[in-house]
Amino acid sequence: MIPADTIIEVTYIIATALFILSLKWLSSPATARRGVWAGEVGMFLAILGTLLHHGLNYRWVAIGLVLGTIIGVPLGKVAMTAVPQRTALSHAFGALCVTLVGTAEFYLRAPAVPKFMMGVLSLEVILGALTFTGSLMAAGKLQEVLPQRPITYKGQNFVNLGMLAIAVVIALMLVHNPEKMFLFPLMIVIPLIFGVMMIIPIGGADMPTVISLLNSYAGLSAAAMGFVLGSKLLIIAGALDGASGFILSVNMSKAMNRSFTNVLFGAFGQEQKSAAGGVEARPVRSASPEEAAGILAAASKVVIVPGYGMAVAQAQHKVRELYDALTKKGIDVKFGIHPVAGRMPGHMNVLLAEADIPYDRLLEMDDINGDFPQTDVALIIGANDVTNPAAREDKSSPIYGMPILDVDKAHTVMVIKRSMAAGFAGIENPLYYLDKTLMLFGDARTFVGSIVRELSGGHG
Amino acid sequence: MNLDLLTGLYVFMLAAFIGFEVIRRVSPLLHTPLMSLTNALDAIAVVGAIILAGEGKTKLATILGTIAIVAATSNIVGGFIITDRMLKMFKASGTRKP
Repeated sequence: MIPADTIIEVTYIIATALFILSLKWLSSPATARRGVWAGEVGMFLAILGTLLHHGLNYRWVAIGLVLGTIIGVPLGKVAMTAVPQRTALSHAFGALCVTLVGTAEFYLRAPAVPKFMMGVLSLEVILGALTFTGSLMAAGKLQEVLPQRPITYKGQNFVNLGMLAIAVVIALMLVHNPEKMFLFPLMIVIPLIFGVMMIIPIGGADMPTVISLLNSYAGLSAAAMGFVLGSKLLIIAGALDGASGFILSVNMSKAMNRSFTNVLFGAFGQEQKSAAGGVEARPVRSASPEEAAGILAAASKVVIVPGYGMAVAQAQHKVRELYDALTKKGIDVKFGIHPVAGRMPGHMNVLLAEADIPYDRLLEMDDINGDFPQTDVALIIGANDVTNPAAREDKSSPIYGMPILDVDKAHTVMVIKRSMAAGFAGIENPLYYLDKTLMLFGDARTFVGSIVRELSGGHG
Repeated sequence: MNLDLLTGLYVFMLAAFIGFEVIRRVSPLLHTPLMSLTNALDAIAVVGAIILAGEGKTKLATILGTIAIVAATSNIVGGFIITDRMLKMFKASGTRKP
């Protein structure tokens, strides 16, 4: 008979291999679903193996698993537009699990906790606690139950860094004197408050970076939990998640030409209000759906640039009708996707894929930028700052240096926008005042719908 | 299960390198599903919670462990479901339904 412990370890080894394969298969859309399957099998095996542990009482385990499933199923079935807040919420759940386990482990072992153990335990609960409340705040802002505007006050960074420093000092004191158990609750409460304070100054446009960063923290706290429990499987899963979050955060901050510290401590969208003031009177050219349809019908290459505004207006299905109508006329239609378009990495791709637009028409910024000079019409739907040529030309602009989609190089630019109000970051966009730019004022979904009607009605 | 510090750090370092190499290759097209999938995999933390709640050494451990199981399981179930739903939608030009 093979001892249960060996069987358990074997299931963990297989699960580890399957987790790595799962991420590997995710590299291309053709194999990606196999990746999910591998992840599911690995997870199932690992849980099954864990249940073989000697002397487990299954009552509470079963209740937990059933309740978790009941909550998990609806969370898996949310609308695609709600995916960013769902993701933030799941970071919060992951961090909650890690923090609770860390807390229980501390009270099981205290007061005799070895120094190293206390160190990783502190890391686990500090990261876990701040990720928990931080992610809840992010989810609240994305769901718009909390105000999306950044809230800043004087000395904010000082207060935040001070809190974090206090938490670290408490951790060090506990490492030296684990018998000072009264300090432990403090080490949880302070990061919990820090998590809230950390997200307060962050605006919607910074959400892709922040979600990625929280993802990374959630992974690292899980890896720390692996050290505490002596579980290699957990260390590996945590390291994979941490690496993924880290790569995404780096991508996102590069795409905004900002550093982590700048995103976390820089509170965008506050100072520029004065700059947006004095320029309202400049003339723009606007056009009707009929005119827009006429220009599109005469084009041979069209690039559509979607942004968060498309998601807000739920316009993705109308955009697909437009794609169909133009493709039917033999017009080449591509989509230019900026890495930070939307509220999380890859957000636009998911929405467009949901609307049944083939993924090979969705091009990344670096792949599409060379095409704009040969493009007849660049149609911008609900995107703003990622198309702002000031990022290339105007050294005084707050977004100077941020890589943008070079839509201004297309022969004609059309911008669907509700009004001339500035974008999320409150920055003036000189693109709108170019001679080749036509402003299409209105709700994105209604406007695209009208263009489609013109296209199919007028030309049969 | 006991794991000494050095072995743990070796495992962490190797896993982090594999993670970087594998995830760097994930197309930006799939970054949203990537995040929801790693989130589901990260919920493997449920194994720690299961042992905590199952062993039930103290009342506190049982309560916290059970809540932790609920939180992690909801991530596993929800994470896999939504990732698969998203990936199902990604279709190439040729394979599109009329």
